[in-house]
Amino acid sequence: MDLLTLHHLTKTFGGLTAVKDVSFSVDQGAVVGLIGPNGAGKTTVFNLITGQYRSDQGEITFAGARLNGLRTHRIITLGIARTFQNIRLFQQLTVLENVLAGCHYRMRSGILGAMLRLPAQQREEREAMERALQELEFVGLGQQASTVAKNLAYGDQRRLEIARALATQPRLLILDEPAGGMNEQETGALIGLIGRIQARGVTVLLIEHDMRLVMRACEKLVVLEYGGKIAEGPPDQVRCDPRVIEAYLGADDET
Amino acid sequence: MPATWRSFPFNLNYPGGFVEEFLQQLTNGLAVGGIYALIALGYTMVYGVLKLINFAHGDLFTYGAYLGLTLLTSLALTDRLGFFMGVLVLALMVMGLVAVLGAILERAAYRPLRGSPRLSAVVSALGASIFLQNTLMLIYGARFQVYPDNILPVASLDLFGLQIPLMRVLIVLASVVMMVALYLFIQKTKIGAAIRAAAIDQGAARLMGIDVNRVILLVFLLGPALGGAAGLMVGLYYGQINFTMGWVYGMKAFTAAILGGIGNIPGAMVGGLLLGVVEAMGAAYLSIAWKDAIAFCVLILILIVRPTGLLGERVADKV
Amino acid sequence: MGRFTSFTAALFIALMATAPLFLNAYYIDVLNSIGLYALLALSLNLILGEAGLFNMGHAAFYAMGAYTAAILNTRYQIPILWTLPLSGLVAGLFALAIARPVVHLRGDYLLIVTIGIGEIVRIALINDVFGITGGANGVFGISRPDFFGFVIRQPQHFYYLIWGFVALSIFLFLRLKQSRFGRALNYLREDEIAAEGSGVNTAYYKLAVFGLGAAWAGMAGTLFAAKMTIISPESFSFWESVVLFMIVILGGAGNMAGVLLASFLVIGLPELFREFSSARMLVFGLVMMVMMVVRPQGLLPARGR
Ligand SMILES: Nc1ncnc2c1ncn2[C@@H]1O[C@H](COP(=O)(O)OP(=O)(O)OP(=O)(O)O)[C@@H](O)[C@H]1O
Ligand SMILES: [Mg+2]
Repeated sequence: MDLLTLHHLTKTFGGLTAVKDVSFSVDQGAVVGLIGPNGAGKTTVFNLITGQYRSDQGEITFAGARLNGLRTHRIITLGIARTFQNIRLFQQLTVLENVLAGCHYRMRSGILGAMLRLPAQQREEREAMERALQELEFVGLGQQASTVAKNLAYGDQRRLEIARALATQPRLLILDEPAGGMNEQETGALIGLIGRIQARGVTVLLIEHDMRLVMRACEKLVVLEYGGKIAEGPPDQVRCDPRVIEAYLGADDET
Repeated sequence: MPATWRSFPFNLNYPGGFVEEFLQQLTNGLAVGGIYALIALGYTMVYGVLKLINFAHGDLFTYGAYLGLTLLTSLALTDRLGFFMGVLVLALMVMGLVAVLGAILERAAYRPLRGSPRLSAVVSALGASIFLQNTLMLIYGARFQVYPDNILPVASLDLFGLQIPLMRVLIVLASVVMMVALYLFIQKTKIGAAIRAAAIDQGAARLMGIDVNRVILLVFLLGPALGGAAGLMVGLYYGQINFTMGWVYGMKAFTAAILGGIGNIPGAMVGGLLLGVVEAMGAAYLSIAWKDAIAFCVLILILIVRPTGLLGERVADKV
Repeated sequence: MGRFTSFTAALFIALMATAPLFLNAYYIDVLNSIGLYALLALSLNLILGEAGLFNMGHAAFYAMGAYTAAILNTRYQIPILWTLPLSGLVAGLFALAIARPVVHLRGDYLLIVTIGIGEIVRIALINDVFGITGGANGVFGISRPDFFGFVIRQPQHFYYLIWGFVALSIFLFLRLKQSRFGRALNYLREDEIAAEGSGVNTAYYKLAVFGLGAAWAGMAGTLFAAKMTIISPESFSFWESVVLFMIVILGGAGNMAGVLLASFLVIGLPELFREFSSARMLVFGLVMMVMMVVRPQGLLPARGR
């Protein structure tokens, strides 16, 4: 069953068409990889899904609901969570406070509840705290709860972002280059983490340049080049696709 | 802003009726707008390169007015060189001195704060502004200072039957000349290109071999020079100056810079002129009592429609 | 809280509670002004320090509260302290109404717009809008506050009223800081896109914090009106907004102890150097510059910075 579907999505910036008529779908429970050379439009697709950008044409549906035009926080409450390519943590806040951001929308209390410390508010705070700590344990940052986020090692910052996203209890998690800047050992751990996320029943859509990770973690790949989709299918099949090989070889020439 | 007009009263009964009054207001608005634009350029250039609101810029403008007064009376330039040459030399001296002040300000108040939280620099700027104002007050006293009125011509220029005060014409001309010169300098010269590059991306500019520190220094020389000239113009135009006037003019000019799209040099020019004209018209035809609120009302309305100002680029934040 | 912090806090509270016993009326009056500014700065700190929204027009909300209280008291004989909630409400609603179309503006744009709002309000008061603000003369004849039959008139009585309100505010704001609402403000300050991307309705919180901060400033306005018995537009000039802004940043945005300390320095010190009236503002400006250069993060930076 499709959880997320993109229909003929197009996005332009001035004269540049960053995403051109892209369609694909993500099955419930799957791990899908979105790959392609630098500047292919992958991140733009993510930003369209989570409503940071508005598409010029096309439609996005998630679990039967149309996402076009919804504000980002609304899309998150529908069950999509994300991480960012350039890590976006709340740098000056603690690790725990960062994860509590993910718990935010499931909580209710406001100004009065906080000022009067109403019982419902207290209970809610306790529950959120527990959930946040659980997520930290899950990604392996349980010991660092009171560290200030900016003092974390780079790989840990990436995992913290995942914990914050998981705290929203999403149905679909989208990860933008989760292994970016990680060493081999950390990447190995990340593959394990992605597996455990999938085991929780969370669908994963990820962008990644690290081909070993993509080949091992994903069941399906979607390949973009110059904003357009050039291939889609299981990793083994995509790997042999001549257009994909050409796209990557062409990209290799430049780098 | 001083309510008294010395050489050319505001509320004459114009014999020519509506059209003439309208044209008088329009030219007056252009003169004031030119002054706003010159000050706004200083805000916008500094902002472009440093992303800093130089709150002390309005006070540099005031220094221009006071230095102009002191030099005018003490050196008797207009007696020796005649009116035009005298004022020209005076303007150059004022611009040079205020430019030096600007460079000192950058050294003392802003350079140590580069890389600090942005608001710290804002507070430092406010501190500098208070310091500069009160220094003037200690030297000159708190009262209005008056430009000597025997030095300046009270003549009017006859433009197609319209009597326009000479000083107003001069101010419009001088501000346009300075703006055009700055525009050409920024667009056509290598140094101008360096300023533009540093405004777009400091890091990249540095990699290209541009000495960003020198660009910043240059911007802190150019902006205050124009601001100082504007101060002198206000002194010559209205005849009265006060040590606190930098805040009102500074706020209006900053409004103009935002209106045009902060960081955008033609934007500051357009914003300044527009603001001057709208304000003059509003004061004349709507209400003089609300004059100082008009600029802000225009600003808010325009920002609601165009959140990045008139000429500011609309960019989607990269995520 | 560390041992040292608790000790400092306890000492401060003890000193403040007993100050009227050993200070003369003049110093008490200075402390009263510090208290009012502290209250205002704490309310601005919610907007500027906690949520990171550049607001340099806070005096407008202060004015709304003060005028609401003054007008209700002089025209309808409502006891001045009773107007407290209403002043807060009026200032808060006013802030919501004007912030609504502009609050999404990027940092510096919001700064100039709030300056503009402050100026528009001041000019409106001078021009006697609706014929009830008394123009440039303002509103006078505001009655003394009456606390359950006890008429507050002497500086030391006001002292307890004002500082009692400061204490209550700190108590409530501390609770707010450790809550969903308080955290949401910090998310907003740290990274708006990440906040929205974590499911925080950033537009709502921007408005809410403007409303809350303004409401508190409005209540401070009531206390001010009660203390002065006469208010005029001069008391709500751009200068007031600038001073509050400087207090918050100098103190260390987001840190209430810092804001309190900065209130003492910024308001108290110039008072103490009254004799050097002509040079004192010059020194004040210089000190501001030097302090920011020496401690760019503020006197007592919020944790983590
Ligand atoms: N906000 C924006 N404004 C203008 N252009 C943009 C914006 N966001 C993306 N682009 C452009 O769209 C194109 C696609 O960018 P995108 O970030 O989606 O690529 P990508 O596939 O994620 O690349 P990478 O692997 O380097 O992250 C690029 O040319 C980029 O410069
Ligand atoms: Mg990308």
